Amino acid sequence: MNRLLRTGLAGAMVVLLSAPVVALAVDDPSEMLSDPKQESRAEAIGAQLRCLVCQNESIEDSGATLARDLRTVVREHVAKGESNQQVIDWMVARYGNFIRLSPPVTVATLLLWGMPVLALIMGLVAAALAFRRRRSGPAPLSEAEQTRLKELSDGH
Amino acid sequence: MNSEEVSPGDDRKSVTRRRLLLGVPMVGAGVCGVAFWKMLSGMQAGSFNPHDINAPVTGRPVPDFTLPDQPPGTGFAAADLKALTAPVLVNFFASWCIPCIAEMEALLALQKHLPIWGIAYKDKIENATGLLKHAGNPYSRIGSDRNGRVAIDWGVSGVPESFLIAPGGLIVWHSAAGLDNSEVRDGLNAALKAVGGR
Repeated sequence: MNRLLRTGLAGAMVVLLSAPVVALAVDDPSEMLSDPKQESRAEAIGAQLRCLVCQNESIEDSGATLARDLRTVVREHVAKGESNQQVIDWMVARYGNFIRLSPPVTVATLLLWGMPVLALIMGLVAAALAFRRRRSGPAPLSEAEQTRLKELSDGH
Repeated sequence: MNSEEVSPGDDRKSVTRRRLLLGVPMVGAGVCGVAFWKMLSGMQAGSFNPHDINAPVTGRPVPDFTLPDQPPGTGFAAADLKALTAPVLVNFFASWCIPCIAEMEALLALQKHLPIWGIAYKDKIENATGLLKHAGNPYSRIGSDRNGRVAIDWGVSGVPESFLIAPGGLIVWHSAAGLDNSEVRDGLNAALKAVGGR
């Protein structure tokens, strides 16, 4: 019983933690598109675009007036039937890749995107070296060290 | 005391190791500290502006737009900029923007040798007119971008923002910082010289 309860709780936690937390600034119903499908697409696009005023918020999260204008632009383009990529390209043409919250993989961002893999490889190499050293044990005493040891122990 | 005689090779190796373990993080922290200090002092001096995002419009022709009059000036369109035979500075401003008001004096000095065309960004007509009455009017022509949509096509992220337009309507230089900053003015002058301005 207790175990069942615990498993249930753990399961609920996993579900809760994995659910994406969204707190969107679009609370003005007049901003939203009437078609819920288009509106959710517009929200998904906006969540990938940086607010250029607050810089670490998406335009969907930001309360800045520029973010509101850009949200309106996104919705206009979505209502016109453009694809997500077309809307993002329109924004990138005006504000550069900086407006994308996740930068595209280019030569300049290769190190950024490759860093997790690089860090893993470096960690594995360091761990392998450490294990190998531990397994081989300490090196045997050299002749000079043995003489010194003898001297020390003879002194007492 | 006579450790060097005991095992010179091993000992030197462990000393190097210890120095590296101490030195590498120290140097790393030092480099980060210097970089951070440079960034902060740059923000203070105006040479580093986190809002001065890389504007992709530089090197491109001016975007298409038509702006209505903003008294006391007359509005203009992309075609007017493309018809130019001498460089012009396009300056986005607003009466509600303190850095724009701080910039006005520098613009008044600049317009003596470089014509400046203003675009009032998300501003009420009467408020922008009022600002120019009080602070002086550095603009030869002024358009009103009431809803801020033209500014988006220019890649404007906040006022003041200035764009240098070469003859023919090519955007050759951009700054999201005020021209009251001497480093920004130096950048403008260099760009101006490159397109044959004074």
